[in-house]
Amino acid sequence: MNRLDPFFEPRGVIVAGASAHPGKFGFVTLHNILSCGYAGRVFPVSLEGGDVLGVRVATSVDDVPDGAADLVFVCTPPSANVELLAACAQRGVKAAFVATAGYGEAGPDGERAQGELVAAARRHGMLLAGPNGQGVVSTPASLCAQIVAPYPPAGRIGIVSQSGNLMSSFLNLSIDSGVGVSRAVSAGNAAAITVPDYLEYLADDPATEVTLAYVESVGDGRTFYDSARHTTARQPLVVLQGGSTSGGRRAAASHTGSLASDARVFAGMCRQAGIARAETVEEAFDAAATFATAPLPAGPGVVVVTTVGGWGVLTADAVTRSDLTLLELPADLLAALDERLPPRWSRNNPIDLAGTETRDTVTDVLDLVARHDAVHAVVFLGVGIQSNEAMMMRDGPYFPDHGLGRVVEFHERQDARYAASAAAISAATGKPILVATELAVTARDNPGPRAVREAGHYCAPSATRAVRALEHLWHHARHRRRVEAA
Amino acid sequence: MGSTLSERASLELVARYGVPTVVERRAANADDAASTATRLGFPVVLKLHGERLAHKTERGLVRLHLGTADAVRDAAGDLLAAATPDDGDVDLVVAPMVVGTRELIAGVHTDDQFGRCVMVGVGGALTEALGDVAFRLVPLAAHDADDMLAELRAQPLLGPVRGEPAVDRDAMRDVLLALSRLAVEEHEVRAVDLNPLVITDGRPVAVDALVERT
Repeated sequence: MNRLDPFFEPRGVIVAGASAHPGKFGFVTLHNILSCGYAGRVFPVSLEGGDVLGVRVATSVDDVPDGAADLVFVCTPPSANVELLAACAQRGVKAAFVATAGYGEAGPDGERAQGELVAAARRHGMLLAGPNGQGVVSTPASLCAQIVAPYPPAGRIGIVSQSGNLMSSFLNLSIDSGVGVSRAVSAGNAAAITVPDYLEYLADDPATEVTLAYVESVGDGRTFYDSARHTTARQPLVVLQGGSTSGGRRAAASHTGSLASDARVFAGMCRQAGIARAETVEEAFDAAATFATAPLPAGPGVVVVTTVGGWGVLTADAVTRSDLTLLELPADLLAALDERLPPRWSRNNPIDLAGTETRDTVTDVLDLVARHDAVHAVVFLGVGIQSNEAMMMRDGPYFPDHGLGRVVEFHERQDARYAASAAAISAATGKPILVATELAVTARDNPGPRAVREAGHYCAPSATRAVRALEHLWHHARHRRRVEAA
Repeated sequence: MGSTLSERASLELVARYGVPTVVERRAANADDAASTATRLGFPVVLKLHGERLAHKTERGLVRLHLGTADAVRDAAGDLLAAATPDDGDVDLVVAPMVVGTRELIAGVHTDDQFGRCVMVGVGGALTEALGDVAFRLVPLAAHDADDMLAELRAQPLLGPVRGEPAVDRDAMRDVLLALSRLAVEEHEVRAVDLNPLVITDGRPVAVDALVERT
């Protein structure tokens, strides 16, 4: 039992300020909780009473049975909330998530109200999240208690965000990629429970295998550093920091009301703590999704396997620029590949099959490469291009005549086979095999990327992004080794 | 605002923690300076020294590349004459001229959020403009120090350059770890600036230091 469990595994939820107006947060929150399948009891409360979404609305928290709800989700105005917390505490409520704005982010009056809210929570021994927070999502509890969409698929990424809309961005990317989320929480003004508290919860949460955090200001730096180290000794921690430039810092100061640290000190702290620091939303999610779906590499040695040339060249550039190593193919591997492949293959890393592949070539090559002791990771390019042609044939005027029916089926089956092979060989060898193609976003239904998703893996939208994610995996693997050695 | 230690006291403090520093000798007058320089070997650096002296370079109170006893004697006379009553008690410092084409910078810095950090960077007149620096929070592990050096963008500068050997990374690691120990143990030290850290024959030597106290 973790002390933050009432937020993520509540026995029942009170929605305070439940409104009949579909534009109000009190309505939206109730709607989202009810429609995403939360199994516990839900108690809408508002002064107006009545029915909302077919559920009876209580006019007072006093009508909620004692001990029936662990969590109150607060959408009522600041003036009502000190009393609300007292009433909730009376009914055995353990935690409050306050979505209401107009607190510390809103000038001296708001700051005073925030101080009173924190004091009230402390007086009643209640946990306080927010205020000014977007909400909390917990897929093991089918809980979507937030004032906006979306609800992500279940998975292993735990998210904490100092900005609600970044939480939404990550959840949207989760839906798009199929790589799911365990918990997500927006810290809001973090008046009582702070980002390091959530980090520690997620680090020790059995449902979470990688933490993804968006931060603007870390408050006490040493506390953040210590909790980050607690996390990275157990699981990967990806951090996207807003306000790492002078322009961004000014924006962050007006957003969260506090200054960010010197960007270079922050970057050094991240390296030291074993944090995977990302510069963009895309890099952050790529890293988190790859951590959640691929094993860690035991070393930096990468082999690129591609069915076509140019992508391999750019990927070799990306690997060379990174802390990864573009492995020189060992002689025995070279000889084994020569045996399988016609002479026009590249005979080099990247392994460019140059269109020589027949039915089982890709599977055979991936297997040979991944099983070699010198190879720590594989980047595999070319998934989906056969199906892309198949799609054109299928949609064209000649289908299914002229043999198109059969070839379309062959192409699509091959791509699905490549994706399934990459997943199976990765599982068998315990080595990451990362798949990348822009078709993951430009043609979502292409059987290649679709099969990657269905295998529970992440199809990166470009090889460069896959390589950056792999570099984060290697850094984390090295950090874990250092932690274990110390 | 805190106080700063004199250059000499600063160098003595960092040397106590194991930072290689230039050997300095005090001299009371021009003749003393000339004979000290002769013992140390030429060329030498001559500086006016005093507990209350600051901005020595800006005021022209540092003379470099002095190659003979006569040159030292003349320069010493000029420096002593340049002292003002505001400077308080002054004497002279003689040191061997440390020769190296590469200058790094290292130090301790107190960040508002993260507290004390060790810093290393590419030094010299262009330090600010280049901004090629790396930070870690104290205390540092040995691999943190190694990572900091590996993180600098100007890696070719750390390799063999113009007939000089590559920078001794073990020696650089020792400097950074020494600064980390100093930051942990000297609670009243707010900042340390080793600038420049001249790379001579591949090894770092602090030829100037400034310690700032809270």
